Amino acid sequence: MNSDSASMGDPQAAGSAKRPLIHRQFLSTRLTHWIWAFSLFFLLLSGLQIFNAHPALYIGDQSGFTFDNAVLRIGAERTSDAGRIGYTEIFGTKFETTEWLGLYRDGNGIIQSSAFPGWMTIPSFYDLATGRVVHFFFAWIFAITLLAWLIASIFNGHLRRDILPRWRDLSALPRDIANHVRLRFHHKRDYNILQKLSYAGVLLVLMPLMIATGLAMSPGFNSAAPWLVEILGGRQTARTIHFATMLLLVGFFVIHILMVLAAGPLNELRSIVTGWYRTDAAEKEGR
Amino acid sequence: MNKLVMNRRKLLTAGSVAGSSALLSGCDAFDGMLRGDSPVRGFMESTANGLSYRVQRFLIGGHALAQEFAEADILQPMRPNGITAPSDGAYKDLQAGGFADYRLQVGGLVQKPLSLSLDELMAMPTRTQITRHDCVEGWSCIAKWTGVPLSAVLDRAVVKSEARFVLFRCMDTIEKSLSGEVKYYESIDLVDARHPQTILAYGMNGERLPVPNGAPLRLRVERQLGYKMAKYIHAIELVDSLQPIGAGAGGYWEDRGYEWYAGI
Repeated sequence: MNSDSASMGDPQAAGSAKRPLIHRQFLSTRLTHWIWAFSLFFLLLSGLQIFNAHPALYIGDQSGFTFDNAVLRIGAERTSDAGRIGYTEIFGTKFETTEWLGLYRDGNGIIQSSAFPGWMTIPSFYDLATGRVVHFFFAWIFAITLLAWLIASIFNGHLRRDILPRWRDLSALPRDIANHVRLRFHHKRDYNILQKLSYAGVLLVLMPLMIATGLAMSPGFNSAAPWLVEILGGRQTARTIHFATMLLLVGFFVIHILMVLAAGPLNELRSIVTGWYRTDAAEKEGR
Repeated sequence: MNKLVMNRRKLLTAGSVAGSSALLSGCDAFDGMLRGDSPVRGFMESTANGLSYRVQRFLIGGHALAQEFAEADILQPMRPNGITAPSDGAYKDLQAGGFADYRLQVGGLVQKPLSLSLDELMAMPTRTQITRHDCVEGWSCIAKWTGVPLSAVLDRAVVKSEARFVLFRCMDTIEKSLSGEVKYYESIDLVDARHPQTILAYGMNGERLPVPNGAPLRLRVERQLGYKMAKYIHAIELVDSLQPIGAGAGGYWEDRGYEWYAGI
């Protein structure tokens, strides 16, 4: 951990006091950020591989085979003119999703049927066993990293200072939304309130929920903590929440990347790689 | 400033083109290092599965019970999976005779090898449980299972101290290849074997175990996934190592890349 992480001018940049370089990101923040980025990539693609083994999501303890408790189904079916279409059925409403979901064209132009196409999965062909191996390997890395980050962030103040929103931050919410809509970004040491809310949502809600719903699908873990699968509404509901949380995390990733690009990708990348961040000229740093 | 914006834009365009083509050319980029015999895959499987096994054993020990459900939770017939109608001659003969000639062989590292008929198994202690079956594919189904606790059978056979695993040999041929026929086989450790909910089931949902679900005798290991629960069992063998069986990973699916410990 860095002891010099409080807002300090970089001696090199001290001369150009207009836009000072400050040390913004702890080593623990930077390391965990990249470990998560790496492991979430593999978790997503191996997770879609696992989903392909049974491409339907249900509500409750079990999967309805002779009754209908499905909220999502992805598949392929024959049409009246002897063709085939890929479909996605959400809450009973069917959408044709040929080329994307249900049916896709592989690298050789051959139509293949699988829920998520091969280019979205690891491995690129159907291999549930390997999907599980990859998924659980990175799940362990992901969970241990989250625990390490949480402990480090409690001790170095990152959690209290940067992540948890304060009441007075909330009063800045309307102005901050307006700034984001106009793509007007302030480059300060501290996160703005929308950043705090989204990082807190991802780190303290979505990521732990991903681990909890994952564990709730484990028959071994169920015997250790039956209350977990119960509060999540049953194993199949937990599986559905696991999938929905994945969609939210992918949504976060897309917005995160767009924001980095809009706010100045080189400066943002430097701060999450080296820790050093160039702030705006007019802003007063520190507190 | 304009120049900077242009540079940044170029960079972004180049970056996104590179990024999306990496994505589209896909994930077959990783196929090679994840093949069955690759050291990367082997490392990932042994690390993660070993960790899951040890942590779960630590958390649930020998006695934590799997959830049990009420009669009202049985909403549908039990979904059969894998082989649902063995075509093996020996099996079909037994089936034609209503499994009257069926014998369960118990051998290996035991002091008293056994040969038990269905009637003898049914005369032993009985346990009935309504549990959720979780398939490795992701689906679940709740059913009621009746059978003899495996621990009762092991006690009668008197397990030798050097035994470490229970191996189940099945009557159904699951694979026919040039190198011959492969009949299903599975294994569990003695902790799971002696777990109170681990039973050799001969009844399901109040009736005799149907053929698609593994008649006349199948295993229930309620804290693991479905593929551990061998169907059509004809022999139980106590062993000290899984190395000599099949390809050495402890089960038909394990020899094809699935984890031996299927508690997750």
